[in-house]
Amino acid sequence: MSALTRLNVAEVVFDLSAFVCLHAKGDKPCYVRLVIRVDHPSALLDVRGVTKAFAGVMALRGVDLDVRSGEVHCILGQNGAGKSTLIKTLAGVHRPDGGEILWQGERVDIPNPDTAIGFGIATMYQELDVVDGLTIAENIFLGHELSRGGVTNRAEAARQTRELLRRLGHPQLSPHTEVGQLSAANKQIVSMARALSHDIKLIIMDEPSAVLDTEEVKNLFGVVRELTGQGIAVVYITHRLEEIRQIGDRITVLKDGRTTATGLSAAETPTAELIRLMTGRDVANVFPQPVPIPADAPVVLAVDGLGLTGVFEDVSFQVRAGEIVGLAGLVGSGRSEILETVYGARKATSGEVRVGDTRLRRGSVVAAVRAGIGLSPEERKSQGLVLDQPIFVNVTLSSMSRFARAGFLDERAERAAARAQIEALELRPAEPDRPAVTLSGGNQQKILLARWLVHGTRVLLLDEPTRGVDVGARSEIYALIRRLAAAGNAVVIVSSEIEEVLGLSDTVLVVADGRILETLPASRLTEHAVLDLVMKGTAA
Amino acid sequence: MSAHTAPGTGPAPAAIPVWRRVLSSSAGRNLGLVVALLLLVIVGAITAGDTFLTVSNTLTVLRQASIIGVISIGMTLVIIAGGIDLSVGSVMGLASVVAALAAVQDLADQVHWIVMVVVALAVGVFAGLINGIVIAYGKVVAFMATLAMLVAARGLAEILAERRTLQVGDRDFITFMNLDILGVDMLIWIFAIVAAVGWVLLNRTTFGRRTVAIGGNREAARLAGIDVRRHTMWLYALAGLSAGIAGIMILGRTTAGSSTNGMLYELDAIAAVVVGGTLLVGGRGTITGTVFGVLIFATLTNVFVQNNLSSSVQAVVKGVIIVVAVLLQQRFSGPSGRSA
Repeated sequence: MSALTRLNVAEVVFDLSAFVCLHAKGDKPCYVRLVIRVDHPSALLDVRGVTKAFAGVMALRGVDLDVRSGEVHCILGQNGAGKSTLIKTLAGVHRPDGGEILWQGERVDIPNPDTAIGFGIATMYQELDVVDGLTIAENIFLGHELSRGGVTNRAEAARQTRELLRRLGHPQLSPHTEVGQLSAANKQIVSMARALSHDIKLIIMDEPSAVLDTEEVKNLFGVVRELTGQGIAVVYITHRLEEIRQIGDRITVLKDGRTTATGLSAAETPTAELIRLMTGRDVANVFPQPVPIPADAPVVLAVDGLGLTGVFEDVSFQVRAGEIVGLAGLVGSGRSEILETVYGARKATSGEVRVGDTRLRRGSVVAAVRAGIGLSPEERKSQGLVLDQPIFVNVTLSSMSRFARAGFLDERAERAAARAQIEALELRPAEPDRPAVTLSGGNQQKILLARWLVHGTRVLLLDEPTRGVDVGARSEIYALIRRLAAAGNAVVIVSSEIEEVLGLSDTVLVVADGRILETLPASRLTEHAVLDLVMKGTAA
Repeated sequence: MSAHTAPGTGPAPAAIPVWRRVLSSSAGRNLGLVVALLLLVIVGAITAGDTFLTVSNTLTVLRQASIIGVISIGMTLVIIAGGIDLSVGSVMGLASVVAALAAVQDLADQVHWIVMVVVALAVGVFAGLINGIVIAYGKVVAFMATLAMLVAARGLAEILAERRTLQVGDRDFITFMNLDILGVDMLIWIFAIVAAVGWVLLNRTTFGRRTVAIGGNREAARLAGIDVRRHTMWLYALAGLSAGIAGIMILGRTTAGSSTNGMLYELDAIAAVVVGGTLLVGGRGTITGTVFGVLIFATLTNVFVQNNLSSSVQAVVKGVIIVVAVLLQQRFSGPSGRSA
């Protein structure tokens, strides 16, 4: 397919000035110039200054992006940059608060997923939305079954399914196979076939390669080229730079909910430039000064040869009193799982965890908490807080037996303890009886820290301590974490924001594919160096 | 913070009308139940005033409420923790049969009737523990585990009773269960005591707090260091215990242990708990609400009986009440903030 046919012809101008010339002068040779201007192909999709906030936290602060027919437009950004929110806005799941979306040059509103499909925008989410118990054909026509008088027309569905699968380069799949038996890669094909069963012009793929191995990724790329060859635009989300080089045409970079660059050439933009665009801060985050750790500080947490089959292996590290150790790595590298296994929330298959002199029983959160470990989990709302319950109940959740005599709770003592923490941590609003759900992300994080302070924890495991926390409130959380370490706690943090890990930690463990690649003092690492390490580690 | 508040996070407090706020508070939800109960009483007074508004009729209502009431208290705790126990009716029947067998054995003459009571309670706790272990450690869905127990306990009761009705001959026991203290029957006292204990357990103890936490967010409770599985096991044991108590009560009232005792009581109990404002998904509920739920259904039955209406009509009205109660709950329980 030639380059020309893939371009959108914006305007065709018949330049008739020569005719004028001809009639005016009459003595020059006659010719007509036909000019076709293709230098500004109009955008299929044009997103302008879109904003979106959730519960007071700005997820999108102004996203600009234009997608042309037949191109692979890559969206690059770290976790929390707003990629998922952007996709869901285009798919009609979220409605933007501000800005505008132009579809084929016209301003449109996408109030629900049906409308998006109606326009010709299909979305393939990371968690594939196929129904395992149905066949391929049934999945593809789910919701728009081919029927005659209310009876589904299975033969026609099968025929069209075969046609779609052939178009996607997978004629070997039978329409009657149950989807539950397919590999992740083939489920993706089904999801794509479903998108194509509608008359689509744009397909959004959210990290489609995350669940695929190298060979399957190659197939995926084949399919993507097939689609673009048919003039369909692909919006491709990933954080693997090498994929962008292989498949992408243009790149848009998001950071902190904002477009930092758009329309970059996928082939020519240097990697260093892309990383700078992804990570460069526009809000200066003040990280607290590290506090020197006394030479005689004891090792509080010792992890030795810890492993969890299929997730990570041979993880060893030590954390001394007053030290902050950070785990840096990409999503799926195993960093959160390591933390959860140390805590006993997952049962280790090898190795051991010691707190002081106590060796912990594997897979027992109760034992870990008793030994003095506290975890602030990755998903604060679904894993950390009982949202309907008041602040004080959440604060004393791990130590309520201390506020009870013979099983009877002393709520006054509980409230007093909560109030003391509220003051120490400047938790707002300072009302112990306020339900946790009404608090902002930063203050909910403080509830979790308060919980472990009340419990008298010696080891704090903090998974994404600033996720969902407004940028302004982050430095406050950072200062708090440093203060807790300085008070003699051993702290381990995990964050998808590498800058945060580097800025907060004394020691950094670089994690990729379930292994610790490097253990280095934070002062000797840069964000670029870490990304370089993990990208190499993942590719290997 | 408020400057950033996004649409879709629920209306600001000021935007909620006062009546709505009152109704969605916990006292307000109980207020709704009080109003419903009063309405029923008014209907009863109008349609059958001379017989309805008497002390003896009130005691009849309470007596009828008592057995379902005791079961409902255990059920409330289980449902607040996000579970369900379908087996309570069967376990109650089984407990009554086993206890009656203990009383008809020859040795009964030498043994005090209190042994019979202990046996019934033990049967309840034992069945509940099996439920709890299968659910908590076997990771079987509570609905299925207790459904299995429902079927099995009923079957076991039939085997043991050989499909006969076992008369309890122990005079002392019958006398005790029909004692009249301050003009109020023993059964009603038992219900009152169980409800009071349930209230204290839920509102004043670590056990109750853990129950609410587990129902509100099971994963958060686990990661906070609560032994969720052990707690779950004891919760079902507690539901079994309440079924055992109910078994004793029905023995006292009918003087007979029968495998058909407590048939479908689990459904009445669940209905009472839900009408009483406890969320079926867990995390929120009150003992007081359940007591009102039980009283509402008992009063309803009484009003229908007083007016010589068939039990079929009553069943239809009951169904309507359940749906209306749940609909009202969804309107007024407000944004729970539960994440999807």
